[in-house]
Amino acid sequence: MHINSESLLAVSLDVMVKPVLRKRLLERVLSNWSVRLGGGVLCLLIFMAIGAQWLGTIDPVAMDPSSGNLFPGTRAEFNDLSGESFEHYFLMGTDSLGRDTWSRIAYGARISLAVGIAVACLALLGGMLVGIVAGYFRRFDNIIMRIMDSVMAIPSILFAITLMALWRPTLLTVVVAITIPEIPRVARLVRSIVLTIREESYVEAALSLGTSTIMILWRHILPNAIAPLLVQGTYVCASAILVEAILSFLGVGLPPDIATWGNIMADGRTQFNQFPQTVLLPGIFLALTVLAVNILGDGLRDTLDPKFNKRGG
Amino acid sequence: MRDPKAVLHVERLTISLPSSADRTNAVREISFSVAKGEIVCLVGESGSGKSVIAQAVMGLLPAALTPVAGRIDLLGENILALTESRLRQLRGARMAMVFQEPMTALNPIMTCGAQVEELLIQHTTLSRAQRLLSIIDIFNRVKLPDPERMYASYPHQLSGGQRQRIVIAMALILKPALLICDEPTTALDVTTQAEILRLIAELQRGSDTAVLFITHDLGVVAEVADQVVVLERGEMIEQGTKLQVLQQPREAYTQMLLASVPGLTPRERPAVKLAPALIRTHALVKTYTSGAWPRRKHVVYAASEVTLEVLPGETVGIVGESGSGKSTVARCIARLIEPTSGDIFADGLSVASLQGRDLSPLRRVVQVVFQDPYRSLNPRRTVGQSIIEGPVNFGVPAEQAWQRAEELMTLVRLKPDALHRYPSEFSGGQRQRISIARALACEPQVLIADEAVSALDVSVQAQILDLLNDIQQKLQIGILFITHDLRVASQICDRVIVMQQGRIVEQGLIRDVFVSPRHAYTQALLAAAPGRGFAFGLAQS
Repeated sequence: MHINSESLLAVSLDVMVKPVLRKRLLERVLSNWSVRLGGGVLCLLIFMAIGAQWLGTIDPVAMDPSSGNLFPGTRAEFNDLSGESFEHYFLMGTDSLGRDTWSRIAYGARISLAVGIAVACLALLGGMLVGIVAGYFRRFDNIIMRIMDSVMAIPSILFAITLMALWRPTLLTVVVAITIPEIPRVARLVRSIVLTIREESYVEAALSLGTSTIMILWRHILPNAIAPLLVQGTYVCASAILVEAILSFLGVGLPPDIATWGNIMADGRTQFNQFPQTVLLPGIFLALTVLAVNILGDGLRDTLDPKFNKRGG
Repeated sequence: MRDPKAVLHVERLTISLPSSADRTNAVREISFSVAKGEIVCLVGESGSGKSVIAQAVMGLLPAALTPVAGRIDLLGENILALTESRLRQLRGARMAMVFQEPMTALNPIMTCGAQVEELLIQHTTLSRAQRLLSIIDIFNRVKLPDPERMYASYPHQLSGGQRQRIVIAMALILKPALLICDEPTTALDVTTQAEILRLIAELQRGSDTAVLFITHDLGVVAEVADQVVVLERGEMIEQGTKLQVLQQPREAYTQMLLASVPGLTPRERPAVKLAPALIRTHALVKTYTSGAWPRRKHVVYAASEVTLEVLPGETVGIVGESGSGKSTVARCIARLIEPTSGDIFADGLSVASLQGRDLSPLRRVVQVVFQDPYRSLNPRRTVGQSIIEGPVNFGVPAEQAWQRAEELMTLVRLKPDALHRYPSEFSGGQRQRISIARALACEPQVLIADEAVSALDVSVQAQILDLLNDIQQKLQIGILFITHDLRVASQICDRVIVMQQGRIVEQGLIRDVFVSPRHAYTQALLAAAPGRGFAFGLAQS
């Protein structure tokens, strides 16, 4: 990489993401081990969620009380309630109702990942809008940020539980209930970026060139927020996956007949002493997912955030 | 050591840069010495390696830079071979440093007295009462008013000049043999600069300290130096006594540098034809209110009753120190901020209270070139995209705007293919040319240059001033030139307005104002301009 001796010595020079280095930036991101590890594990999990039906699973809601509480690695006859009967290899055993734990975990990954990704996208979008309005149109700043402060003052899980108590539990309401408490954090981040960048002389220059407000925001201010938002998005995603599991576990999330990791753990809870695997196995997947997303986020932060990357420019 | 009197002796010092840099050595084969009671100036433009030498002498080189050859002897000890703990003993006691920015050199959460006292605790065994006495004594010597109050003040409660005096007091309290000043007055106003320079010279004579003085400003060199070392891109170009280097420079680079320093004598300019004003302000006022209920409201007049006009082909300078309101006036006229009262007429149209899209006619007439070339171009957009942004906003088709941009590149003496590149690929001077091209792309009648050459090296500064003069003659535009540097103003302005604390204190033709100033403030400003005794810039006029 070419470093000008002047810029190396001048401490005052800002570290800027040089657009000419955009391709190399992607290379740098992909060469980071945290990104590789976190991203790799996450890809496997996404693959598992999407391809659940081809991965040796059966219908996750099908039950057979006669083959309840099987231990992992058992091969047994499965008699569906509809009368169908077939032999199946229970990789991770069954729960007390005879539902295949592996199938439920694989299908449950769909819910967890969908909720995580949807919440991340919605929270970023919402937080971005709120942050931009607060940061750029200063007369709304005080009122908006005080509302954000009051949302932040309520623990996000309690907030989500309250919202879920008001609404019928569907995937959409779960996503919205988890998104709303996440918005203030993103909004604060965006607002602080807007506040810094709007003082740059290139923004003033654009103003004097007659550029409209929308274009100033879109062209000159928002691109500076992309990298920090991407990083923040991964953290939001990880926390959303956890919150969704907690809501399900407490019984205020998606209905218990839908296979989600939280629901599986909630079902297995009563028999934890005899059959801990029904709780532990989905727990491991949950921990693995959240860990992978967080590691990915750390890697992105190290490579994208100039504060952690002083010498990399 | 060759010279027994030498406090600091640098011999064939070479410091290498990391392999990824654009040259191999930060500095190469540098030799000079500083004797007791002598001020040696290291002069050079940005990237010359002058600060690297100061860091090396203090033993504070960044990890990426390694000394590969030579030695630095301070009173017989080779700095480059010392351990970190020995260096710590020497710093403060034998050598001390005064930095450029006094605000960042001081700890904002400690009182000034406590910071000076910390040094005494570290390096001496004085009792508390003795420490207090010697601090008050040094504060008196650096001419701080009311030393007892200064002792208990925090850095933010002091002015820039007072802060720099505290830093100097800290540097001198342990009576070091060597004082290193790294651009100590660059961040200060010109009248404050004159005081600080006088103070450093006085203290140095009184205590026989050796001073290594680093600066980019040849005016400052003329004020303080005994010996001068000229650096360019890490190479030592020339060294000698002040008179020798400033009056009979041997090397072409030194001659060029001296010729680039703008003279204080106003340059001859073609007469401005009488014509209706392009832009005119009437009793412009901008106030800032601080303190909300229940505290008392405090109104600050950043600009008050400013009336001025700019004619076609005329350059009007606004000069003054920081806080004089010169930039506030410029930003009001460009309508980057809204004036509190008064009126602005662009092309005969009152624009003082228009908002948003209604300002479009003004934006076509008035364009701004900003101070910092590193911040005034969006790093994520190509030069071409930046330049055509304005015309496209005003409805010019993109291809046509691009063609015009190519012509403008030639006008500002850059290659048209620069349009496809990003700002980071250009130097400060080139970026300022791009900023000028961007402003001109809207075909403005008035260009506001807000400290447009202040961040540039003196040789680049001269080129940009020439360019602005040229463009003005070609296009007959009016220029409103904001600067704190009287030398720069004298090179480009027809008329000059002197501002102090938001008010115009004097205005008139530049040759009247600069040759026979009437107002006391103008006189003080002119008297403070460093290096008045030397006739700089003779090559130009």
